[in-house]
Amino acid sequence: MERDDLIVNDQYALDAHHSEEDGVKIRKKIVFVTLLLTAITFVEVMMGVFIKRADTIGWEMTKWAFILLTMVKAGYIVMTFMHLGDERKNLRNFIIIPYFIFILYLIFIGLTEGNSVLDLRTPDTVIEQVAE
Amino acid sequence: MAGAAEKDIPKKELWGGGRSPFGVTYGKMMMWYFLVSDALTFGGLLIAYGVSRHEVIFPWPIGEQVFEGMPVLGSGYPLMYVALMTFILIVSSVTMVLAVEAGHRNHKPGVVRWLGWTIVGGFFFLGSQAWEWSHFIHGSGGAFKVAGEVTVTATLGSPSSPGETMTFTLKDDDMVFFDGDFGHEYEHAMHAGDHADEGHDAHGHEAHGHEAEGEGHGEDAHVSLENLKPEILILNKYTENKAFVQGAELEKIWKHKGEDTEVFGANLSENEYGPQQYANFFFFVTGFHGFHVFSGVLINIIVFLMVIKGVFEKRGHYEMVEKIGLYWHFVDLVWVFVFTFFYLV
Repeated sequence: MERDDLIVNDQYALDAHHSEEDGVKIRKKIVFVTLLLTAITFVEVMMGVFIKRADTIGWEMTKWAFILLTMVKAGYIVMTFMHLGDERKNLRNFIIIPYFIFILYLIFIGLTEGNSVLDLRTPDTVIEQVAE
Repeated sequence: MAGAAEKDIPKKELWGGGRSPFGVTYGKMMMWYFLVSDALTFGGLLIAYGVSRHEVIFPWPIGEQVFEGMPVLGSGYPLMYVALMTFILIVSSVTMVLAVEAGHRNHKPGVVRWLGWTIVGGFFFLGSQAWEWSHFIHGSGGAFKVAGEVTVTATLGSPSSPGETMTFTLKDDDMVFFDGDFGHEYEHAMHAGDHADEGHDAHGHEAHGHEAEGEGHGEDAHVSLENLKPEILILNKYTENKAFVQGAELEKIWKHKGEDTEVFGANLSENEYGPQQYANFFFFVTGFHGFHVFSGVLINIIVFLMVIKGVFEKRGHYEMVEKIGLYWHFVDLVWVFVFTFFYLV
């Protein structure tokens, strides 16, 4: 059967195979990442259950902690599970850089828009209350 | 993994044709292209959720107060079930990496074993999501809307651990929540009442069937709906300052109950949890993700059968497992974000 893992004229992808010893090393890393991801999820849930929202500053920091921990989890999934950390640098860049450009921009635009709409809505109810 | 990826190749040779400049095969490249665009889709959806959440005046439901049910065990387990779902998906992602790793060693039994477990994990996740949806749609007790204005003194917390008292002013369309058991009883009585009404409409033939089926039963339920009165009502069930009322204070609210304003659970036009956008985004985003998991499981099954048949053994490499692995990890990755923004923040 014709092989489809050709990357250079008559050569095949070199990293498509590894030895038994490499396998042991890779499996060790997989186990480590698994435990780490599970631990992070557990910590997140505990934070969600025990930290009260009434505590404004504490909750604000918790929210940022959630986002940070999510990014750490995402990083490990992409870099280790999806092997992106082992790929050539140009492949890594073309996959990751778009998010720093478009998603950060979209978050900024979206949340600014949302807050602005909230501002437009809020005065109406305040005026209503005064009128009553 | 030392390989072509780490070698430093001059730019001229790299982009001069005849080789893959990115050091990956066509199939893997195309999978990455797809994932990049799909990730942007999910990013757009989650940001749209954020926009809605920021522009809504009414308090947004709190994850751990909405999702606190557990199959068999009942309620009172905030976020535990979602955490379990997340764990299942992470584990199935791990078994997938192990399948890919076994593939790199051309070890067919290993691929079969780990890919098999991945499929099992996928089914567990889908089943969990079905339960979660069903729980969300049926709701946990239901609510009604207030008509007019009423001021009550309520106790913060729940009857088992009461806190301080606080005064609430409820206005038109503010929601007041039933206690779980009473809510279900009330919903039953309402539906039984509906059936009795249908019977009275006298559709000739059909109405006969209805009456024969629920004669005494429907009549009973109709009477009991008017007699049904809750012993406890809950305020702010899904938001801050959750409180309950009993006795005389409850009486005040019950008098201001809006006619036909009961809401049980959630659908695309009404929900007991709060702003409508909340339910709509929940259905759309988790549904869209669930559909990805579903197609992922199908693809995994197809490749699983191909592995058993020995297709990749003949081909000499298991790159197909690696490609569907990328897709499966992506599904896990999306869930990590959905989990954070829907349930935690």
